[in-house]
Amino acid sequence: MNVDWITFWPRVVDATAETIFMVASTLFFGTIFGLTIGLLLYVSRTNNILENKVIFNLLNFIINLIRPIPFIIFLVAVSPLTRQVIGTTIGTVAAIFPMTIVASFSIARVVENNLVGIDSGVIEAAQAMGAGSIRIIITVLIPEALGPLILGLTFMTISLIDFSAVAGTVGGGGLGHLAMTYGYQRFDTSVMTVTVIILIILVQSAQWLGNTISRKIMRR
Amino acid sequence: MIQFKNVSKTFAVGKREIHAVQDVSLQVNQGDIFGVIGFSGAGKSTLLRLVNQLEYPTKGSIYIRDTDISKLSARELRKQRSQIGMVFQNFNLLTSRNVFGNIAYPLKVAGYKKQAIKERVNELLTFVGLTDKANDYPEQLSGGQKQRVGIARALASSPEILICDEATSALDPETTEDILRLLKKVNRELGVTILLITHEMRVIQSICDKVAVMENGRVIETGEVFDVFTNPQQLTTRRFIQSVQKDLPSESILKEWQKTNGGKLYQVIFKGSATVDPILSTITKQYDVDFNIVYGSVQELQEKLFGNMIISFVGSEQNTKKVLGELEKRVEIKEVY
Repeated sequence: MNVDWITFWPRVVDATAETIFMVASTLFFGTIFGLTIGLLLYVSRTNNILENKVIFNLLNFIINLIRPIPFIIFLVAVSPLTRQVIGTTIGTVAAIFPMTIVASFSIARVVENNLVGIDSGVIEAAQAMGAGSIRIIITVLIPEALGPLILGLTFMTISLIDFSAVAGTVGGGGLGHLAMTYGYQRFDTSVMTVTVIILIILVQSAQWLGNTISRKIMRR
Repeated sequence: MIQFKNVSKTFAVGKREIHAVQDVSLQVNQGDIFGVIGFSGAGKSTLLRLVNQLEYPTKGSIYIRDTDISKLSARELRKQRSQIGMVFQNFNLLTSRNVFGNIAYPLKVAGYKKQAIKERVNELLTFVGLTDKANDYPEQLSGGQKQRVGIARALASSPEILICDEATSALDPETTEDILRLLKKVNRELGVTILLITHEMRVIQSICDKVAVMENGRVIETGEVFDVFTNPQQLTTRRFIQSVQKDLPSESILKEWQKTNGGKLYQVIFKGSATVDPILSTITKQYDVDFNIVYGSVQELQEKLFGNMIISFVGSEQNTKKVLGELEKRVEIKEVY
C-alpha cells in the first residue's frame, strides 16, 4: 500500500519543516542554557577566575548523570515532567523540551572543553588590565573559543537531527514520525528512502554551514 | 614608587608548602628600570605578580606610591591594575582581535570613548613602530612584532609603572635588542618606571639601573647594576655575571699558559675614570717592566666603562712588586694563577 506521492509531498515538506523547527529551537535554547552552564563549569574550576568547588562538582555531577542515558529512554522517563511543563507529550513542541535538556548539558560539556583550551595567560593579561570576571567571560573567553565552539555546536546540531527523529517515533512529529508510520509500519520503502535522503541533506547542510562559519572566525 | 615590605608568598601544593617568595623587601624608585634576576623557580615571577595582585602575599605588604594595595577593594584594585601595564613572555595577545583591537582592549576596559580609543591606539602604534600592522591578527606577526603589540597594549592607559615578565625570553637575540631598546625608550621618553624579571644577565646589563638577584624565594643581593657587576658578593650573582662576561679564560688555556710561560697572572679591574687614563703603561714604563695582556674586555654598563684584564708582567721581581704596589692604589688587582 504505497502512498500517492502527488498528495503525499506536502506532508514530507511539513515534516521536514517540523524537524528543522525542532532542531533549531532546541539548538537555540540549548545553546543559551548550555553556554551558561558550560561557562559556569569552566570559571568555577579549581584555580579559575571564580573558583567554586560546590558549583563545579554539582554541575559536573548533573552532566555526568544525564549524558550517558540513551535519548529514547530519557525521552520516556522525563515525559511526566514534559506534561507538567508543556501540557502534552505529543507533538513537536513536546519533543523540544527533553531535547533541550539533553542538548543543554551536552553543549555545556562542549563549551567547557573548548574553554579549557584557551591559554590561561590571555585571561591573566585581561585581569592585569583591570577587567572584571563578567567582562572577561564576555570579551575574552567566548570570542577566544568561538571558532572551535561553532564546530562543537555543529556536531551537536547533527546529534539533534538524530534526536528529533527518535522523538518522532514516540509521537514527536517531523521526519522521524513520517518514516516510522509510513515507511516502517506500512512497509513503504519509497517514504523511507525519501526521508533518509532528506535527513542526509540536512546533516550535510548543517556540517557545511558550521565549517564555513568556524573557518571564517578562525581565519583559516 | 613600588615598595615590598617583608613580603612572603607561600603556595600549598597538596600537603606540601612551597615558599615562592620569602621575606622580600625591595624599593623601586620612580623612573628606575629595576631588574630582578634569578634562575627558574627562584620566585621572581611570583614576586612580579604581587605588584598587581595577580597573586596575594601571605605575609607583608606591597605599596604603590603610598597605597597598600592588598587593602584595596575589588573595584579599586581593578582601577589600580589599569595603572600598571604588564608585558608577558608569551605575549598573551587575544587571538580573536587584530592588533588594533588588542591595543584598544584595555582602553575599553577603562571606559574610553570610541574616538579617544582610536586616537590613542594610533598614537601607540606609531610609538612602537607598527602603524602598518593595525589590521593584522596576532598569528600574522613575528615574535618581536607581537611583543611590540604587547608593550603598546600595556602602555595604552598611560600607566606609571610597567612590569615585564621575561619580556624577551621568547625572542631571538636580535629581536631581544630591539625590544630592550623600546623598553628603554618607554622609560626615558615617557618616564615610566619599569620592574622586570629575567633570567638573562644581558637584559640587566643593557637596560637596568638597579638589580636584585633572587634565589630560593629570597633576594640575596641588590644594588646599582654597575656596583653589582663590578663587585658581586654572592656566588649566584657571579655566575650570572659570568654568563655575559667571562672574567677568566678557561682552565685549559691557563694550563697551557703555565706550561709554555710559567709567569704569574694578575686580574686587573678598571672602573669608571680608571679606564680612561693609561695607568698600566705609565706605571710599567716607570719601573721598566713589560706587560702582556693575556685576556680581557672593556664593557659599557649604565653609561660607565668597566674593564677586566688578565695580565702577566715581564721584568725583575723587585720592579714587578713595585708595579703591583702602584697599581693597587689605583685599580683592583689580584693574582689569579
